[in-house]
Order: sequence, then C-alpha cells, then structure tokens
Amino acid sequence: MGGHSSYQPKSAFAKWFHERLPIMDLIQGQALDFPTPKNLNYFWTFGGILTMMLGAQLLTGIVLAMHYTPHVTMAFDSIEHIRRDVNYGNIIQKLHANGASMFFLAVYIHIFRGMYYGSYKAPREILWMIGVIILLVMMATAFMGYVLPWGQMSFWGAKVITNLFSAIPFFGDSIVTWLWGGFAVDNPTLNRFYSLHYLLPFVLAGLVGLHIWALHVPGNNNPTGVSVKSGQDTVPFHPYYTMKDAFAIGVFLIVYCLFVFFAPDYMGHPVNYEMADPLKTPAHIVPEWYFLPFYAILRSIDNKLLGVIAMFASILLLLVLPWLDTSRVRSGTYRPVFKQFFWILVLDCLLLGYIGSRVPDNLFWVDTPSHEGGFALTNKLVGQIATLYYFVHFLIILPILGLLETPKPMPASISEAVLAKNKPALPGHKAAVPAE
Amino acid sequence: MIMRKTFLAAVLLLAGAGLAGAAETRHAAKDIDFSFEGPFGTFDRGQLQRGYKVYKEVCANCHSMKQMVFRNLSQPGGPGFSGAQVQALAATYTIQDLNDQGEPFDRERIPSDHFPSPFPNEQAARVANGGALPPDLSLITKARAGWTGTFAQLFYGMGGPEYVYSVLTGYEEPPAELASSAPEGKHYNPYFEAGPWIGMAPPLSDGQVTFDDGSPNSVDAMARDVAAFLAWASEPKMEERKGLGFSVIIYLVILTLLLYLVKRKIWTKVEH
Repeated sequence: MGGHSSYQPKSAFAKWFHERLPIMDLIQGQALDFPTPKNLNYFWTFGGILTMMLGAQLLTGIVLAMHYTPHVTMAFDSIEHIRRDVNYGNIIQKLHANGASMFFLAVYIHIFRGMYYGSYKAPREILWMIGVIILLVMMATAFMGYVLPWGQMSFWGAKVITNLFSAIPFFGDSIVTWLWGGFAVDNPTLNRFYSLHYLLPFVLAGLVGLHIWALHVPGNNNPTGVSVKSGQDTVPFHPYYTMKDAFAIGVFLIVYCLFVFFAPDYMGHPVNYEMADPLKTPAHIVPEWYFLPFYAILRSIDNKLLGVIAMFASILLLLVLPWLDTSRVRSGTYRPVFKQFFWILVLDCLLLGYIGSRVPDNLFWVDTPSHEGGFALTNKLVGQIATLYYFVHFLIILPILGLLETPKPMPASISEAVLAKNKPALPGHKAAVPAE
Repeated sequence: MIMRKTFLAAVLLLAGAGLAGAAETRHAAKDIDFSFEGPFGTFDRGQLQRGYKVYKEVCANCHSMKQMVFRNLSQPGGPGFSGAQVQALAATYTIQDLNDQGEPFDRERIPSDHFPSPFPNEQAARVANGGALPPDLSLITKARAGWTGTFAQLFYGMGGPEYVYSVLTGYEEPPAELASSAPEGKHYNPYFEAGPWIGMAPPLSDGQVTFDDGSPNSVDAMARDVAAFLAWASEPKMEERKGLGFSVIIYLVILTLLLYLVKRKIWTKVEH
C-alpha cells in the first residue's frame, strides 16, 4: 500500500506524530490522492453507497439493541414498544428494516456491475472472492435479523431455513438440534441469533476493510476494462470521486427515505405484524424479496439435499467465476455476444425472484392452481428451467464463449477511449472519428 | 377516481398477479378513501373518537388491544381526547393490583394502564367464541393486506384499513352451491382472509352506537370509523412519521442538488 501520498507533515507536532503513526499519510494516500480511472460511470458509486449503508445499519442497529428484548415472550412486544414509546423509534426501526432491503438492492447492482465489466478478472480475483464472502455473511446477518422481531414470518422462516440442514446425511438432525439449542425453534434460538446478528456486522466491517485493501492494490477496474497506463488516465479520488459518490449517496438516500417515511411496510410481510405462534402455520412462508431467487432454486429440486446443495452452489459458484470466464477481455462493452448473455442472466435472476414468491404448483404467470391431468406450465417448472439456465450460464456458456467470441477492437488506453467518446459530441464533428 | 381505478386495473393486469389470492372465492378489499392516505394524509380526530367508541362498545366485547395504553388516546396525532377525559375513561375500568400488605385488590385504571382484555386467556376466548380466537386488534390493519400485487401495494398501500372495513360490511348470503356445506355457526364473508367462512357474526347493525354529535351511525359509517381508529392504533405516530418525512425529503433533495452542482463544477476541468 501507499506510494500515492503527497503527505508532508506541516507542524512540529504533525511530524512527531507521523514518525510514530503514519495514519495521516495512509489517509492521504488511500482516500484522498488515490489515483482512480477518470472514466468510471455511476455504477461505480455503489461501493461508496454500500459502505454508507453498512454504517447506517450499524448505527440504527446499535440504537435498536438498546431497546430490544431477546426473549420469546417479550421480543414482539419490545419492537412495538420501540415503534410506540421510544423517541423516533418508529423511524429508527423502519430505517433498519428497510435498510436491509436497500443494502441488498445496492449489493446486487454492485455484483452485476462487476460481472458486466469483468471486474473479477486478473488481477482482481481475491478482491472478487472477498466480495462473495461478504455476500454470504450479509445473507446470514439479514436472515438472523429478520428472526428477531419474532413475528409469524420470523418464526416460520427461521424454522424452514434451519430445517434445511437436516438434509445433511447422517448428522443432519443433530446439526439442527445444535443450531436451535434445543428441539424446536425457541428461546435459545432467538438468543443465539441475536448474539450473532450483533457480531456479524463487525465481521462484515472487517471483510469490507480487506475488500478495499484488495481493491487498492491493483486499483479500480473501469468501463473499458483497459488497465491504467499513465497518470493521464486517472484523477485523484478526492475531490473527484468523493463528490461524485456523495451525490450518488444523496440520490440513494432519497429513494431509501421515500420507503422509510411513506411506504414503510411495503418491503415486509403483513403477517409479521402477528406474534410468532408455533401452532399456527402461515398460508405462505415466503422469505424477504432479496432471498427469493435462491428460494426458487431451493424449491425447484424435489430432493431436499440436492435443493440445498444447488442453493448454496449458486452462490459459491461465484467464487470460481474468475476461472470460469475464459475471455481475456474484461469489459462487456467489447464483447458483443457476452453482453447479450449477461442481460439474459439478469432476466433469469429476476424470473427466479418472481418464481420464488409464487406458489410452486400454480400455473406460471396467471397464478391460478393447475388442474390435474396433462402437461401444465407451472411456476415450479419455469423455476426448474430458470435454475438450470443459471448454472448453464456459468458452467457452460461463459467458458465456451471466451474461446469462441471475437471481441470488438479495444482502445489503447482510458484516455483514448474518453477522447473517442467525446469527439462526436463536439460541434462540427458529425461523424465518429476514430481517435488516434 | 375512475382514472385511478382504470390505472389500478391496468397495473394489476400487468403485474399478472391479479386479485386471485389464496382462495378463488376471496374478494380484494373495497378501495374506499380515508383521510389518512397518501404522503400528506392525517387522521380525522372526530372519526378516531367515534371509532374508539365503536371499538369500546362493540369490538371490545371479544377483541383485545394489548398494545394500547389509555394515555395513547391523548397523544398528539391521535383522537385528541384531553388528559382529563382519558383519566375519566381509564377510571371506568379496574385492574388487579397489590396493596401495601401484598394482598390483591381491584383499583381503577389510570392513563398509564393498558386497555383491558375481554378474556383472561386464549383458551377462555376460544371457549366463548365457538373455538375461534378473536385476534388482537392492536396491529390488525398492519397484519392484513387488502389486496395483492406488487404494484397495487406500492401505489395504493397495503390496504389494511380497507380490509377491516370490507370484512365488517362484507357479510352476504352464501352462494347456492356453498350454502348447503355451510359450517355450523359460521357466516359467509368473501372478504375474510381465511374465508369465506368466518366465526364472527355480523358485529354491526344500523344505529347500534350513538354518537354525541349526531354523526351518522349506519353500518357503513361505523365500519369506516372503526377502521380509521384501528389504523391509528396500529401506528399512533403515523402523523409524526409523515411530517418528519416531508422535511427529510426536502432537505435531501436540496443537499443532493447542491452536491450535483459541486460535482459538475469539479469535473468540468477533466475530460471523462
């Protein structure tokens, strides 16, 4: 690290401090002077947005923990106590609950941006893999957090997801009992989920530190995928990207606050406003929207163990993505065929999300029960096809495509790409002139 | 209104979800208008007071509201009872307490006490209601959605208060093909979530509750009033939320605009 800093201690004290702890030098080099490609588009602001969201979730979460009671008979009422009696508790609780949704929205955009522009390719494999681990820890954190209000969906969601581990051969049931801390989802389960839900965000913060460290070794990828060649290609992170990120964060906060203040319950399930009742199963047990694609993969396979394996594989697969994509060209901009498959994958994931929210045996799209006899295009069947395609994309299409595809000609440098892009826009230059 | 309905219909068609919920016989809630809808909607104090009276005289015979405390009734953004009125209201109920000898005795409730529950426990409630448990109403308008559909819920809200209104006014004669299989002691109500058969007999009848100011007391009017009261009870700080939200959004829009101008100024020097 380092090497980008122009830090010079100005006062005698600063010099004395710098010799003992060069933290100002680190900040100057990594956060202010850090050379960043000058052609990053707004999809690159989601890293900053995610850092802000992690901070927002930590802050609201710590305040909520001051008023929450992790006990099966009191948890639900303590959330109501927060909503009704704590100063601004109504808003803090909704900031935290909707914050999880916004966090996932941002992380999915961030991940798809990385996939489109090939940000996982050498020399950024470790950066990408840390990102996948961050996603997994985020999912665990969100799942356990959703259990804490101890509503109907909290309880039944916890039961369904922990029960998945019973599919493990031989040890399955013992593992589930161990996870529950007993023979049912009960007070010990709630307590350990609370403990872990408080711990994991700090693990996330540490992983984010590693993620940024791994980013700052090779520096940012960029929309052309062409590596930085000279100082001409970059600008200092501050003020250029601090201000661009700040603006993007502002836009993101407006969307976030519109939900929090004017549609606070839209992302949640009404049935979670009923206290958990182990004797009363809700009509439909559905996870939060951000888990729906994975839920669809899980349910598309009848064999429970295989379903669980497919669900975890769909995420773990991303760990080896840098080696599944055989193309040397990073950016999808210069890969005409890959680009199309990328958008098909996006649609496939959205379709899986839709399927995850539906009753499997209902007819696809019209969503009415299918009647016996003959072939029927059910939600489940569509989910199976979409699941299959998801794996085919990563395991077959990507490796083959890299070998067969002819990429478009690439610019020699970022500066050249920027010039070529801006030229036609200049007055008097109607035709696109290839840059020198 | 017609445009709104047409738009709603179009959106529902697009969403493909339709209004076909769990049961084919179930109807989506009637989309009636409330004063507290939309980003600027506030509660009608008179309506909340009337709604409380309907709850107290009719619903409270079977339904608890465990989250509610008497002092809530004089909180800002609520029905707007005075402190003295709430004190007098609370005092009409008793609660068991301990005296200085440690012996139980009944005392009058005070504003910091909760609403009384009609039954001592769940089992007693079930026995008194033919096996069905009357749900707690503190959060009922949050715990029920009036309609389904990703876009319908985004634009028109979750429809909880409309659901309550629709169930209260939705009792019908069962269709002929169902009438013969009617479960004993149940009533036909196609708006009921777990329906169409509901254990609760039609709770309201015209003129059942008398309002001091002579407000209309038809079933329809009382159902609207009590639905509004329950909507307030599910989130007593709704008005505070919307008011603060308005300021927050204005602040963020101005801040973001300024950030955009600064960003643009800085970047004019760089070709990108």
